[in-house]
Amino acid sequence: MFKILQKTFSSGIATVPYPDAAPVLSENFRGAPDFDFENWLDARPAAAVCPTGAIAVEDREGHRRVTVDYGLCVFCGQCADATPEGAVRVTREFELATEDRRSLVLRADYSLTAEGRHERLLKEPTSAAAETTGQKLGASIRKVLGRALAIRQVDAGSCNGCELEIGALNNPVHDIERFGIHFVASPRHADLLLVTGPVTRNMELALQKTYAATPDPKLVVAVGACGIGGGIFGTNYATRGAVDAVIPVDVYIPGCPPRPEALLHGLLLAVGRIAAR
Amino acid sequence: MTMNLIDELREKFPGLVGPVVSESPREVLIALESPDIRPVVDYLCTGYESRLVAVFAEDRVAFEGLFYNYYVFEKRGEPGYLLFRAPIRADQPAFPSLAAELPAVNWQEREIQDWFGIEAVGHPNPRRVALHDNWPEVHPLRKDFPLRDALPPFEGERHVYRPTLGEGVFQIPVGPVHAGIIEPGHFNFAVAGEPILYLQLRMFYTHKGTEKLFEDLPIHRAVFLAESISGDSAFSHGTAFCQAIENAAAIEVPLRARVMRTILLELERVYNHIADIGAIAMDVGFVVANAHAGRLRETMLRLNEALTGSRLLRSMVSVGGVRRGWSMEQRELLSRTIVDATEEFEDLVALVRSSDSTRDRLEKTGVLRPETAKALGIVGVGGRASGVDLDVRRDHPYAAYDRYSFRVPVYQDGDVLRRVTVRIDEVRESLGILQAAADDLPDGPWCAPPQPIPAGRCALAAVEGWRGEILHWVRTGPDGRLERCKIKDPSVNNWPALVEAVQGNIIADFPVINKSFNLSYSGTDR
Repeated sequence: MFKILQKTFSSGIATVPYPDAAPVLSENFRGAPDFDFENWLDARPAAAVCPTGAIAVEDREGHRRVTVDYGLCVFCGQCADATPEGAVRVTREFELATEDRRSLVLRADYSLTAEGRHERLLKEPTSAAAETTGQKLGASIRKVLGRALAIRQVDAGSCNGCELEIGALNNPVHDIERFGIHFVASPRHADLLLVTGPVTRNMELALQKTYAATPDPKLVVAVGACGIGGGIFGTNYATRGAVDAVIPVDVYIPGCPPRPEALLHGLLLAVGRIAAR
Repeated sequence: MTMNLIDELREKFPGLVGPVVSESPREVLIALESPDIRPVVDYLCTGYESRLVAVFAEDRVAFEGLFYNYYVFEKRGEPGYLLFRAPIRADQPAFPSLAAELPAVNWQEREIQDWFGIEAVGHPNPRRVALHDNWPEVHPLRKDFPLRDALPPFEGERHVYRPTLGEGVFQIPVGPVHAGIIEPGHFNFAVAGEPILYLQLRMFYTHKGTEKLFEDLPIHRAVFLAESISGDSAFSHGTAFCQAIENAAAIEVPLRARVMRTILLELERVYNHIADIGAIAMDVGFVVANAHAGRLRETMLRLNEALTGSRLLRSMVSVGGVRRGWSMEQRELLSRTIVDATEEFEDLVALVRSSDSTRDRLEKTGVLRPETAKALGIVGVGGRASGVDLDVRRDHPYAAYDRYSFRVPVYQDGDVLRRVTVRIDEVRESLGILQAAADDLPDGPWCAPPQPIPAGRCALAAVEGWRGEILHWVRTGPDGRLERCKIKDPSVNNWPALVEAVQGNIIADFPVINKSFNLSYSGTDR
């Protein structure tokens, strides 16, 4: 007993005070890529190497539409490596969670040269976000849920990568309970479902039943590239893809998997304890 | 496997054992003339003391009018694998089952039935395993089955369980959504009072069409799919996949990359084993030990991030080597962290071992007897705690494992305590390998120059992931794509071990027994 106490005291405080202080990130951490659309000479090499199709190129009549979907991004950094002109840069940004799925999608239109490279950016790239981001839940409900949030995690088909990082929220370093947020064993005890994907055909019904078993008012947070958009698996004979193809989703947390701080950011956003960017 | 053995087999089984299709120091592939491999299996497994490692199928109907079944063997002390290819006529899709004699192939043969519609004749339990009972009559790995088509809504019973009858016997259904932050699967317990009489498992809830998807993606993208087979083994599965491609295309991986892969494979083992040691302590109420394990694991994940940009070692391995080299600072951080982690880990072990009540809960709990483990073909941590002395790193060296010495811990008692002890021993060995490899890290290129992957090549690759033996087998196709990628996660073999190990234990001990195996659902279900 004495040894246990001694070890614990000598270890000191392990908890990282994120989000009040900056997160502990390695210099080499790969976060979201940043695109210099103005100086991007050709999006095709980046699109060709993107594992999940997060970067897509559509050519029509001498014009090109480049779509970048952060919801599908796995932060692999291949797009930056494939773009010699330096127009794609890996950043350490990870606070990408949003209530609006469409805000994760950027579109840029280019005119093309004879070789199929970009001639000129036709207009500033825009996200497809809705003009008026309607609050899906009333502020009062968020306030009630946000003070002591009970989360039921649902793996609806994930590779288990997201579960590892969600599990890490419970360790002393991230210690999610300091926010009054805790994971519960039953959807009947939950205010929020934290769902990973892609939703498989075999988990579709279980996810629907879990959603139905969760008392109102409730929130649903979709985690990771697979939960947001099916990820590398997409939709196939065995998967339905995105979580929001099966149940309504309130907040999306990109990543593959999202690091614990990104999950925390998304959860605090979902209950209105921090503001959307 | 020596050529003598092949000659011997040909002499003994004329008309069955055909020509050598391909050979390399890593593997020899022999064609059979009939689907009935039973005499060869009997000879190899009893007379020659070989182990049947895997059984899987391939659809070659469009090209050769045939399906093939592949049987992979290994023998202790021989670094190469021996593969047999048995032809199965498309108009007679059936092969004689081995499952009655070799329970280890039970699920694998049923997977072939489900995925390919090839009947395992004489299988003692031929029910579906990979497709749930409510799926229509489809065989997704047949080439004429479209990957992207949506199947109609499912109807009917999802699972049919064997009834367990008797006075005071209850059946307890659990899952697929479990109480913790873990993957989905369905467990049906039959209990009489507290002790578990019988456990029936239904897996494949996270089936994502992964093997079929490998046939659709270009190889450079498929590496990322391999990393998503089982998220806690991203680097091991990624490496197994890249090794299979490298073996198929005869790509020489530079030494620097092989040493870096060794380091990253061991880092994956260390962070997972530490998490399991903590979680097992947690499951018997030793919360403080889990907190310290969680802290140490976080240190290792930060090291992963500093070395690869990803806490879970993603996007690092590539065909031909690794994606980026390490700076002097990164190498120093690696060496420093290994030293610190060694000290912290010994503190953690001392903490866990200081608790008699923890030992009391773990000892003699969830016993998997050595003879059962051998019959079921149990691999990895669960096998080594039950006397199964297998480790791909030692038996079929890959990456740079031939450069480092390490011990493979084996115990006979097969209880939860021994599975914890195997992990503790392995972390110590891993830290030793890490230290040696960090000092040994040579200069030079970290990736072979990119080259086209020739079509029509087949190759096997094995990696000792932290759970156990991971196999990938590929057949390359035109345009840098694959015609088939077979994945075998160690969990496929090991789930039936759980069924055996829980019998007679109280249901309250199920979580800790399950955690002591810590099998991958996604790796099983794919």
